[in-house]
Amino acid sequence: MTKIVKYILLDILKNKIVLGYTLFLFAITFSVFSLEDNTQKGMLSLLNLILFIVPLVCIIFSTIYIYNSSEFIELLVSQPIKRKSIWLSIFVGLASALSLAFTVGAGIPVLIYEPSATGMTMMLMGLLISIIFVAIAMLAAVSTRDKAKGIGFSILLWIYFSLLFDGLVLFLLFQFADYPLEKAMIVISGLNPIDLGRILILLKMDVSALMGYTGAVFKSFYGTEMGLIISIFVMFLWAAIPLLFSLKKFNRKDL
Amino acid sequence: MKKIIPISLFFLFCHYLASGSGLRVGKQQMLKTITEGLFRAKDKDTIWVEKGIYNEQNLTINKQVVLIGIGRPVLDGEHKFQNVSVKADNVTIYGFEIRNSGISSIVDFAGIKIYDSHHVTIVNNILVDCFFGIYLQNCTNCIIRNNTMTAHQLQEQQSGNGVHCWKGDSIQVIGNKISGHRDGIYFEFVTNSIIWRNISVKNIRYGLHFMFSNSDTYAANIFENNGAGVSVMFSNKVKMFHNYFIENWGDGSYGILLKEISDSYIDGNYFERNTSGIFMEGVSRVKMCNNNFKENGWGLKIQSSCMDIALTNNNFLGNTFDVGTSGSLVLNTFDNNYWDKYEGYDLDKNKIGDVPYRPVSMFSMVVEKNPPAMMLFRSLITTLLDRSERVIPSLTPESLKDNYPLMKPIKL
Amino acid sequence: MIEAKNVCKSFGKLKVLNDVSFKSSAGQCIALIGPNGCGKTTFIKSILGMVVSDSGSIYILGKDIAGGWEYRDVIGYMPQVGRYPENMKIGQVIEMLTDIRQSETTTDDDLINAFGLKQLYNKRMGTLSGGTMQKVSASIAFLFQPQILILDEPTAGLDPVASEVLKEKVLAEKEKGKLILITSHILSELDELVSHILYMQDGSILLYKTLSDIKEETGETKLSRAIAHFMTNKK
Repeated sequence: MTKIVKYILLDILKNKIVLGYTLFLFAITFSVFSLEDNTQKGMLSLLNLILFIVPLVCIIFSTIYIYNSSEFIELLVSQPIKRKSIWLSIFVGLASALSLAFTVGAGIPVLIYEPSATGMTMMLMGLLISIIFVAIAMLAAVSTRDKAKGIGFSILLWIYFSLLFDGLVLFLLFQFADYPLEKAMIVISGLNPIDLGRILILLKMDVSALMGYTGAVFKSFYGTEMGLIISIFVMFLWAAIPLLFSLKKFNRKDL
Repeated sequence: MKKIIPISLFFLFCHYLASGSGLRVGKQQMLKTITEGLFRAKDKDTIWVEKGIYNEQNLTINKQVVLIGIGRPVLDGEHKFQNVSVKADNVTIYGFEIRNSGISSIVDFAGIKIYDSHHVTIVNNILVDCFFGIYLQNCTNCIIRNNTMTAHQLQEQQSGNGVHCWKGDSIQVIGNKISGHRDGIYFEFVTNSIIWRNISVKNIRYGLHFMFSNSDTYAANIFENNGAGVSVMFSNKVKMFHNYFIENWGDGSYGILLKEISDSYIDGNYFERNTSGIFMEGVSRVKMCNNNFKENGWGLKIQSSCMDIALTNNNFLGNTFDVGTSGSLVLNTFDNNYWDKYEGYDLDKNKIGDVPYRPVSMFSMVVEKNPPAMMLFRSLITTLLDRSERVIPSLTPESLKDNYPLMKPIKL
Repeated sequence: MIEAKNVCKSFGKLKVLNDVSFKSSAGQCIALIGPNGCGKTTFIKSILGMVVSDSGSIYILGKDIAGGWEYRDVIGYMPQVGRYPENMKIGQVIEMLTDIRQSETTTDDDLINAFGLKQLYNKRMGTLSGGTMQKVSASIAFLFQPQILILDEPTAGLDPVASEVLKEKVLAEKEKGKLILITSHILSELDELVSHILYMQDGSILLYKTLSDIKEETGETKLSRAIAHFMTNKK
């Protein structure tokens, strides 16, 4: 399997889009830090970047890559190799290439300007979100044979996670405005990796004071060691569950 | 020149008649303790206290004397007593270190407590680990100047206030440094007084706590990093000039909390990095000019119970939310301020934006109505909502706007 | 060596394989023929595990292939249309497969040499012509000296010289006692190669006999004639 990963990784790294993504992240992060007069503000801009650009690039690039490597997959499937290893290799290859791009592109400026716990949390969340959206892309790509449909589906998923879900939450909040929903919000935040990542970063940035009682409830949960472990575990689930489902589908897929 | 000498001599003579004589207290002197010194002193005497540690067990000053420490003698309360009780008028205490007063939940022990007196002056003392620092009870015309008060308790119940004034008039609190107390400066029923150039930092509750005190001024103070900022309540004719309210950051923390204040001025103050720069409730007839609101969570939180507040010529820079409000009723004006989030234009180049600015964001209204929505803080959807609200206002109060927003920040 | 039992497969409503059963052993060279869309390629792909059959089972060397992957070690497969990663070079593909398979037997470079592929090693797959692509596919199929060879339309797109080279190679391998499965529409070229005929139509096997039996039954000497005869008789 490591050999297949090696070939996939080499193939992706040769891809100019990944290089472009790295440079883009690097340029944006650097300019964000050098344009803003204090790094705290830079971090806030970076937060939006991580929660907006990273999932988008990861999900779309991965989906397209999987469709484009259908020949490669076909070739490998006719060889004495487990389907599972092929699929997992693609995941590992994509996830590590995009993580590497993120680490280099955003990580170096963060290390230079903000090597604090907040900066590290932000990096960790960025990495987790990269991995999660690769996994979601794999599920989207294996679900349909048609490339256009698959890409459309993954864009929809991205819109759902970054916009629609929050809209639904807002709607629900107003529907059930008479009930104390702070605790429920903790559970709900776990249903969207982007929200979860955002809240974890915001709490580290000590904006929780701004968030009033909700912030206090969040802090009392996510601020504890147990809460942090649980939330990172939930993030892992967000990567593992789509991946497992996609693997199951791939194992039964006709090529 | 020849005339001056006899005139000076005449004044010196008068001075001699007016002032008392001097007594010296010290380990090498006849008078070993200040209590002994006081016993021997008459009104208008000066007692010079030499360097050393004095365990006077509640030194009570009941004569009109001047107490001067040489080389900063120490009055130690041994964690049991009130160090100094002043029960006479015209007392001056200068140059002492006063430490370790008793701590009690029944009696308000203080480093220096002044009872029902006038013209008492407390200058240049250092108070360390006292329960209350300087406590004025029903006093007038007193001066508290250049003292340093430091306490190290962690709990509110274990700690008293730095400067505590209960009932008084014409008090001057000037140039003191207070930290680690419950409230830095506490005023209740104090009128016609001034709080000037004090530095009140890292106190457990408020940097300044101010209630039922009318016609007072506080100016050029620094209130930094206090547990809940500054609280000014139930007072009128208060003038707040050129103070710094910095880094009062935390849940329920404010640069300044204004409650039931009327006929007052807030001018030239700096509010930086507070959870809320100003939180006001039931405030009326207040003029706010030339203030700087910078990098606060909320620049200004103004409940709909406020009226006739005129906010002009202020700068709002880098606040997460410029203004938050609770309802749709707005009886205040917000004209001629600079808002860094303003995106309008100035076609006629008169340095005033041509379209009004609405400082209340949609999301801050949503959160006011529905606090758990704070979960969506800084998410894409809230940004989009704010954008659309700017174009077509629906939820934010129609009349809360700056009709003449400035294009450039005011130089302050 | 290959045994299929009641294999069924449908894509949506379309039944592509309908209860296919068949058995073959070493040394056979089977021609899998039938009209377009009769399920030949699907059948081959189910043997390779690229298509997962709905029911029934396939055994290779006596082992059920369901869920397995090791069995593909003994199969060399030449697809109808070779699809390779476009930005890889010929040399890299061959190198990568060798690297991934890591078989203990030495590789069989006969075809690579015969086709003169070594000179083209630096060409990217995306730029290759259909014929060259077929040459690569053929070379890969024989590369690891497999016991079973599955060739899907092997000569389509090959020039006569290359066709001849490939046929020689197939014959040689057949002599070595390998099982060879060929699909083709050009019946004439199968004449010299095959020992058995497997005729499929509409997803079912209509005919599975040795070449000599067929010729005997129909009295024809040419395969194409014999099949045509057979078909007209059927109808």
